[in-house]
Amino acid sequence: MSAPSPTADQMARFAVSPARKRKDRIARATIFAGTVIALVPLVLIVYYLLRKGLGSWSGSFFSTDPTGNTFFKGSSIGGIKSAILGTVEIVALASAIAIPIGIGVAVWLVEYGRNSWFASTVRFFVDVLTGVPSIVFGLFVYIVLVVGTGSSYAGYKGSFALALLMLPVVIRSAEVILLLVPAALRESALALGAPRWRVIFSIVLPTALPGMVTGVLLAIARAAGETAPLLFTAAATLKTNFNLGQFMNSLPVQIYSDVTSPTTAVVNRAWGAALTLVVMILLLNLIARLISRRSRLA
Amino acid sequence: MSTDGPSTGIADMEPDELLKPDAAPSPTPPPAKPQASPPQGDPATGTAAVDAKPGLSVRLEKLRAFYGNAEPVKGIDLDFRANEVTAIIGPSGCGKSTMVRCINRMHEEIPGARAEGRVLLDDLDVYDSSVDVVAVRRAIGMVFQKPNPFPTMSVFDNVAAGLRLSSRRRGERAKTSLRAKVETALRSAGLWDEVSERLAEPGAGLSGGQQQRLCIARSLAVDPEVILMDEPCSALDPIATLKIEELIDQLKARVTIVIVTHNMQQAARVADRTAFMLGGELVEVGPTQEIFTNPTDPRTEDYVTGKFG
Repeated sequence: MSAPSPTADQMARFAVSPARKRKDRIARATIFAGTVIALVPLVLIVYYLLRKGLGSWSGSFFSTDPTGNTFFKGSSIGGIKSAILGTVEIVALASAIAIPIGIGVAVWLVEYGRNSWFASTVRFFVDVLTGVPSIVFGLFVYIVLVVGTGSSYAGYKGSFALALLMLPVVIRSAEVILLLVPAALRESALALGAPRWRVIFSIVLPTALPGMVTGVLLAIARAAGETAPLLFTAAATLKTNFNLGQFMNSLPVQIYSDVTSPTTAVVNRAWGAALTLVVMILLLNLIARLISRRSRLA
Repeated sequence: MSTDGPSTGIADMEPDELLKPDAAPSPTPPPAKPQASPPQGDPATGTAAVDAKPGLSVRLEKLRAFYGNAEPVKGIDLDFRANEVTAIIGPSGCGKSTMVRCINRMHEEIPGARAEGRVLLDDLDVYDSSVDVVAVRRAIGMVFQKPNPFPTMSVFDNVAAGLRLSSRRRGERAKTSLRAKVETALRSAGLWDEVSERLAEPGAGLSGGQQQRLCIARSLAVDPEVILMDEPCSALDPIATLKIEELIDQLKARVTIVIVTHNMQQAARVADRTAFMLGGELVEVGPTQEIFTNPTDPRTEDYVTGKFG
């Protein structure tokens, strides 16, 4: 027995008081309850989507276009092929526009603009853009590209509206990540005699890549789920079409028109389409994460 | 003199052996496709991969540095002799680091910072308007306080980074030549034996001391004439510090070294000459032994004997 037992004084001095134990328990319970409450709607949404949407999934659901026959019993209402492909095409073009420009703006803000008055002005307007309701982007493109040119709706006009919507999200998220890249890395690359543009392309962007992927994905997910900017830019149609110059269907617009139908089968198709949209975004997330993880090791 | 005679440690750096790309076993996959051309540097342009050029002298003339209105360096005249190690000592905030960062024009990277006066690399003023700052930094390498290998790159890629990031023409960085240069740089930094089996692993996975030697190898790979070291050992343990100090002793055969240090024993161990700075001014410079044993300025004596600082 080499360890002497503590005296009563010591015990009193170092013991946890009952009041603190109580406070600790209350605080823990509150935080945990908050987490559970936040999870409830999330779980319910996924549950409802699966329950209502899975039923309408079938081979023909994905491989046929909607027929437009929604009132006559016995006739097929068709699937959502044109909506899936339309969303993929419109969002792909929107991403191709918004991601390079957005990352370019973020690089300029972080590497060149810094705290100049122009950079601050750009940041301010980017923040304003983030808060603009999506239908305003749709209206803007409608007025400029549909009314303004005297032409009709087209897939690429929807892409422009979505690109405008994505742009501020891409810029802000990329800027935050680029600011996290340690200044020491830039300095040591510059001190090796690397020109600034090479430092940006070879050191700063690869280091920031995994973080930027997350921000870009958020922007894509947001754009893919938007209805309002597409309603009067790309409009809706039944047929699958690979020409971005024509009317183009999309999942959100399809869901929007289906869910207001009096026919149960059509409403069910809306649930199936909603589930499809969620699964598509989930898959995109997984793929991008795998890619960014691999590129980091290389 | 604190260093007795020329270093002996470069015996294992036989140039002929290093020139052969296949001399050492190459267990790693890095982008090394065998090519017909031998890895020797081009004698016409004098860019030999191995027989390094000797270092160049650096002379500061009335060098002043500013951050906005603050003036951390208030007019310094100082010579760094070619192929010697010059230590800069002085209390925190005396302008040592700022002064050294002016030599390769890294000071101006900080927003609002500028420098006045002249920095002569041999006879060339690096602040001359016709001088390309990128070329200055290739000639004057830098090692920072904290080891900072590029986190997305392997050991090999870290050392190759300087060569790849340079905007020189493509032919100059043929891949076999790149491999030879990386190996040479790692050997010169005393790191080859420790990492030759791990070239493809992330550079950030090495120990702190190895990372700092990796950063030194990275600087050496672009074949600079001068290397600036800003407290290179302050984040390292004594054994890693000792390795870096031995390395400095070997490297001065091929580069001029300027080392900022808070550690006076370190200055005494590695430096041929030592400069003492105080409040943005140069108090005294001379052979290390004299600065530490027989300084002319009483402030120097107070500092080196630990009366302040």
